[in-house]
Amino acid sequence: MEKRYYQPEIETMPVEEIKKLQSEKLVKQVRHVYDNVPYYRNLMEEKGVTPDDIHGIEDLHKLPFLTKADLRDAYPYGLLAKPLKDCVRIQSTSGTTGRRVVAFYTQHDIDLWEDCCARAIVAAGGTEEDVCQVAYGYGLFTGGPGLNGGSHKVGCLTLPMSSGFTERQIQFMTDLNATILCCTPSYAAYIGETAKEMGLTPDQIPLKAGIFGAEPWTEEMRRGIEAALGIKAYDIYGLTETSGPGVSFECSEQTGMHINEDHFLAEIIDPDTGEVLPEGSKGELVFTALDKEAFPLLRYRTRDICVLTRKPCSCGRTHIKMSKPMGRSDDMMIIRGVNVFPSQIETVLLQEGYQPNYQIVVDRVGNNDTFEVNVEMNPDQFEDTVGGITAREKALADAMKAILGINPKVHLVAPKSITRSEGKAVRVIDKRKLHD
Amino acid sequence: MSLKQLTVFVENKPGALVAITDTLAEHKVNIRALSIADTQEFGILRLIVSDNDTALVTLTREGYLIKTTDVVGVKIGDQPGKLSKALAVLDEAGINMEYLYAFMSRTEKHAYVVLRVADNAAAETALEAAGFHLITDVDINKL
Repeated sequence: MEKRYYQPEIETMPVEEIKKLQSEKLVKQVRHVYDNVPYYRNLMEEKGVTPDDIHGIEDLHKLPFLTKADLRDAYPYGLLAKPLKDCVRIQSTSGTTGRRVVAFYTQHDIDLWEDCCARAIVAAGGTEEDVCQVAYGYGLFTGGPGLNGGSHKVGCLTLPMSSGFTERQIQFMTDLNATILCCTPSYAAYIGETAKEMGLTPDQIPLKAGIFGAEPWTEEMRRGIEAALGIKAYDIYGLTETSGPGVSFECSEQTGMHINEDHFLAEIIDPDTGEVLPEGSKGELVFTALDKEAFPLLRYRTRDICVLTRKPCSCGRTHIKMSKPMGRSDDMMIIRGVNVFPSQIETVLLQEGYQPNYQIVVDRVGNNDTFEVNVEMNPDQFEDTVGGITAREKALADAMKAILGINPKVHLVAPKSITRSEGKAVRVIDKRKLHD
Repeated sequence: MSLKQLTVFVENKPGALVAITDTLAEHKVNIRALSIADTQEFGILRLIVSDNDTALVTLTREGYLIKTTDVVGVKIGDQPGKLSKALAVLDEAGINMEYLYAFMSRTEKHAYVVLRVADNAAAETALEAAGFHLITDVDINKL
């Protein structure tokens, strides 16, 4: 296969040069953040660090971490490093969780983000000859806008479909010869099923490649999507905190995602101690945005557990690769694409007058997540009719849906019936096999 | 006037019911009548027993979710059409019924119906006015 890159000089840059570039950018970025973000300046002062202590990437470990809690504390403008008049865009996470992240972008930030997405599209074989169907949601969610921008940069004919209306998606796909599909892997699988129901065989689907991300998926799921749509399926990674999809992406080798190291400096740390771990170790992924202007997070803890490896890649790219995230260092689950924290379930139970004795059971049937919450009843919540109990279950499910944005199946169960190991209740049972 | 029913939450798994009846047997509690409402996930066991206090204390100690519910007990002649007549009385009085179950007496030729209705007092008044005989916890042990 012909080796093609969107920005060859950067994507194939010798490792020593990448590190030199990162060091130069880091020194400038730390100064920019220190001067413009009082919140982070305070964190640095607490650690006794000044920009003068940072001479290059070897000094990165001296800087304080940022966590999701900091983003919440500083909401909405506390981590902004540019005046609002210089910002041109806001993107945000789903928001119904009460842990909304609002990210700001200057035009420069949008450009570098779209460049990252363009690199991913080219790595998946995209050229200006391609028709790129973007079926990620458009709006505050970064998926649609990110890949849309990347598609424009590559020069693809862009189909800004957003998600949903699956039969219409397939109609456009076949009528207009879409060759690249960008969406979540679960939606890609659904499109595959729907196409089959509509009587289409994989060779009647014009697609050649897909770029899928924003939620965990397995190799098995990849093979299923590849077979159903007759394509090669590529993984893409990113988070709103760092800009959106495109922080890293897969190349033709499909053995991990190249991190766009000229923009994002990655570390793996021990999630318990914060200690930086050597290359090849499994730990929590931490990102430092090297040249974002408006929302430049330094040492942001993603909570994703993965491994970084730098080996020569057959695609010719020199940037370090990250494995698919193997789990989370906190207790967050992603169910049907939505972030769910057990603490949110607990909050609802307390509000509704229940004890926080519950168990969450998540599974995947076909390509859909099932989401059940078992809740222990008190004697005063016990009704002597089936209707009374099911009405209570429904009321709890509705209250949870209002907070989470997705609908669980609630089961009321007898007191002390939820499995406890060594006296501690097992809060989450995730039966999905999302990590190989 | 009322009749007390014990209501026990039963998990839908093998052995759940026998564990309850064993506990009652060990404590010499006699079951006079029972009914179970079940769904895929759980069951609700309703019991009329010879000794409410003992049953309540022992099952609670065993960790069961249990409550006492006031129900209406009606004596009904063991003949076709008698139950219909009792139900018609409630219907005419506009009293909604949640559930009912019936049992026979060992000593008399009578059936007894346990009724769970929206308004116990109204049901009792209507049934008595129509000539039905109501039973209480005291009667239960004489049956």
